[in-house]
Amino acid sequence: MSDIWLVLNGTLTGVVGPGISVLYATYGELITERAGRINLGTEGSMLMGACFGFIITAETSSATLGVMASMIVGSGLSLVLAYLVIYRDTNQLATGFALTLFGAGITAYAGRGYVDSTIGGLNPISIPLLSEIPKLGQALFEQDILAYIAYALGPLLFLGLHYTRTGLSLKAVGESIDVAFAAGRNPRVIQIAAIAAGGALAGLGGAQLSLGLTHTWSEGMTVGRGFVAVGLVIFAMWSPLRAMVGALLFGGAIGLQLQLQTVGAPVSPFILDMLPYLIILFVVALWSRASARAMPEGLKGVLKATT
Amino acid sequence: MQRSISLQQAQGIAGSLFDRPIVRSILAIVFAFLVFAIFIAMIGRDPLEIYSKMIEGTLGSKLGISEVGVRMIPFVLTALAASIPARVGLINVGGEGQVYIGAWAATGVALYVDIGTIWLMLPVMAIAGFIGGAIWGGVAIFLRQWRNVNEVISTLLSNYVAILFVNVFVFGAWKNPTGFGYPYTSNLEFESILPAIADTRLHMGLVLPVIGIIATYLFLSRTRWGANMRAVGGNPDAARRRGIPVLRYIIIAMLVGAGLAGLAGMSEVSGIQHHLRPGISNNLGFMGFLASWMANHNPIAIIGTCFLIAAIVVGGDVLQFSGNLPSAAMLILIGLVLFSVLGFRRLERRAE
Repeated sequence: MSDIWLVLNGTLTGVVGPGISVLYATYGELITERAGRINLGTEGSMLMGACFGFIITAETSSATLGVMASMIVGSGLSLVLAYLVIYRDTNQLATGFALTLFGAGITAYAGRGYVDSTIGGLNPISIPLLSEIPKLGQALFEQDILAYIAYALGPLLFLGLHYTRTGLSLKAVGESIDVAFAAGRNPRVIQIAAIAAGGALAGLGGAQLSLGLTHTWSEGMTVGRGFVAVGLVIFAMWSPLRAMVGALLFGGAIGLQLQLQTVGAPVSPFILDMLPYLIILFVVALWSRASARAMPEGLKGVLKATT
Repeated sequence: MQRSISLQQAQGIAGSLFDRPIVRSILAIVFAFLVFAIFIAMIGRDPLEIYSKMIEGTLGSKLGISEVGVRMIPFVLTALAASIPARVGLINVGGEGQVYIGAWAATGVALYVDIGTIWLMLPVMAIAGFIGGAIWGGVAIFLRQWRNVNEVISTLLSNYVAILFVNVFVFGAWKNPTGFGYPYTSNLEFESILPAIADTRLHMGLVLPVIGIIATYLFLSRTRWGANMRAVGGNPDAARRRGIPVLRYIIIAMLVGAGLAGLAGMSEVSGIQHHLRPGISNNLGFMGFLASWMANHNPIAIIGTCFLIAAIVVGGDVLQFSGNLPSAAMLILIGLVLFSVLGFRRLERRAE
């Protein structure tokens, strides 16, 4: 009984941290998909951000520069996708997936000398008063700076999408390129900008993973978080606020798995490692019908299910 | 007879030559190698030296050529695993996981089912690998048709689950008790090992991709069912109106594709590794996926793209071994080749 309490307690305090990197990637994928494009290169952009964020921080001792570098490389990788799918009309899913392998290759090469080293990176900042709230304070308000920015970004993106001219243009392009074009918008520019912004956010998520959560770099360290983000966007029904719930879910799954391992649950650790993927798959399956109705029109051709 | 041709005619010939997909693909591959040469030069190495080492290590000796063949066996199978579902409009990104499950199922049969003779053991292992892969891919189809989950998401996420699933066994119940703590199963016995060909690492698993390619090619191009598959992939609603059982085609295409990836897993365990271990697939499924897209899912073209990727991978191993370049760099080259081939492809229609 006390074990169960220990696990729940530990999971609660550990629920936010592991979800932040996924939350950034989910925001990024959400912006991209709102503009009617899907980017499976999100995983690659995260790896790029994690790797180059780490390298630049290690070389310059400045986490700020590292974070900026992560956004640049994440965005740079996604621009390859933008060119190929928008100007060369290649298949989005295959191109994005190839981009992820490409990013995995670049980072495996570039990060060789940095495996097994640890850096200061981003450290938790306690928010006075708020962090003293029992349980919740520790879970929410003893995080690194990128976590606090991520909290703010959800509502900001929500407002931006629904109440600003840019947001409305983005959604219009995602619904119909032709209609948006007829209404005097430039769909190509908007889609390129959305894909670039999505890549930058994924890169930022990667940096949070290597600089904030683990303080290390290892090859392929994102282990599918970018793909989880693609699933979470569906669960989130393209709403930034629901994306926050989704990220909590992923963080919770990781937190639960770590806690069960700590108390020595009599299960193979590898079965526990499956939990985050299975839980995400499960919630996507649970919400996918409702989600299909909220899907931007421009995505329906690529992301269809049920033939 | 006027033998000389005018400039306009010459342009016409060059133009129509450039319209041929194979010419465009070759130009694209050359372009990718040029870009990668710039990358090699940027990191301070000599591209000519690197490329000549790669060619020497792959095509310059019997050993090199046989190693390329060894790699092509699973690549062709996993490429078919992507291309057959692609015919009906499915994107199978789960080849990697299906390889793991196929390898797991085949190993399970080899270690724990007492069959005895090699003539029965190998076919049963192959069937087990096929069924294992097919079931793993079948979950994605179930989720797609009945839970409305796009197969890309389910196959991508299930890859990670499959890797962990194999780990559960090789670190647990199947771990070799006399293996000095390494997470390997016991070695396979003689009757569960695909025999080697002519003193190389090439093995009898070679028959699998050969049959796979021929059967797929004949099926797709010579049978009514092959034509129906194309109809389903092109426009499922129109196909349904013509009385084609769309769902049946979708299910079978995915099961067969995923089963072939499972066979690749069986052939890796039985022909090369001779035991199950973590990371047994090492990107086999992903490479096949890229090969299939590079070949536009054409089974004959897949032979060429799998050869190219296998040669790059083997060349990369040679470079890694001689300390010239880490093999991870080859993923960059393979990615460049795919982007380039996709990008050079003729536009079917102008976007917008």
